[in-house]
Amino acid sequence: MDLTKTLDTSDFIEIICRVSLVMEENEEYLTDLDAAIGDADHGINMNRGFKSVVEQLKKTDPDSDVGDVLMTTGTVLMEMVGGAAGPLYGMMFTGMASAASDKKEVNNADLAAIFIEGLKAVQDIGGGTMPGDKTMVDTLYPAVQEFNKSHDTTCAGLINVLERALMAADQGLKSTIPLIAKKGRASYLGERAVGHQDPGATSAYLIIKVIYDFARGKGE
Amino acid sequence: MVSIVIVSHSKRLAEGVKELLNQTVKGNVIVESVGGLAIDPKVIGTDPLAIKRAILHVMDSGGVLIVCDLGSAIISSKAAIKMLPKEIREKVIIADAPLVEGSFAAAVEISSGGSLNDARNAAEDSKNLRKV
Repeated sequence: MDLTKTLDTSDFIEIICRVSLVMEENEEYLTDLDAAIGDADHGINMNRGFKSVVEQLKKTDPDSDVGDVLMTTGTVLMEMVGGAAGPLYGMMFTGMASAASDKKEVNNADLAAIFIEGLKAVQDIGGGTMPGDKTMVDTLYPAVQEFNKSHDTTCAGLINVLERALMAADQGLKSTIPLIAKKGRASYLGERAVGHQDPGATSAYLIIKVIYDFARGKGE
Repeated sequence: MVSIVIVSHSKRLAEGVKELLNQTVKGNVIVESVGGLAIDPKVIGTDPLAIKRAILHVMDSGGVLIVCDLGSAIISSKAAIKMLPKEIREKVIIADAPLVEGSFAAAVEISSGGSLNDARNAAEDSKNLRKV
């Protein structure tokens, strides 16, 4: 892999297509997690949402940049997903797009900026969501902190930082199990949410894992 | 004049609240309802892009007050506001109020000449009303 340009527009399209496959594979798993503390539709919503995104991305103008791909992803998720995941992931991807506009390829530092903007959008729209609230921020926040720490812009650096981000996300994901939810429908449950892994944190983890797996595969 | 946008997960619930308000204020206040997904209104949910269109549709010099039902209706409304041009964004407020009582109080306030802030306060004060 070229050390100066890490991921280009077609890579991002491929990543989103793989996210769609992973959401299909995990539809039942996510929905089961949501059945415990939510309204049992997270897997169905994520699968349906990303399927529509992939359909839309098939029509992508070959001249598109990374920002266009992320913008399309966010917009379609907002249109297609009715639960909180629609606007939350929708704003995450459109937030990410704002850091990638006019870029046909992104390096490590750009990717960091993309993740930072995505997290910021989610936290903002959720009303200042922080780790510990039992939401997708529990996985996204620690993962993004790894990007903040990294200044290594080589390809190996990218894979390293993604690996650390994935490990941090995994820890964040598991940390949601004992929590009482402070946001979302699960917050109505109080103590009854304790002992259940958060579905949104789980889908966020799956997305980070797809990006890591893709970068590792490309780097080999 | 201030307009009201009703945001519900259910298209029929949003339309029902609009019907109720229209009956109350006799067309003196512009009320728009938005519920379900624009792409398939039978799906229960909220659609930020549809909310954005509704805001733009009823935007007037007085601004727009949004009154929502549950959790993600607020998130979607915030997302919709973020996507608006800055000069319009400043004239949109989400009321921290129950859907029916809040929008009803706001409509009455607006029909008697209240500003956007007055309408918001009226909606939010409705939280303290005891029904029984």
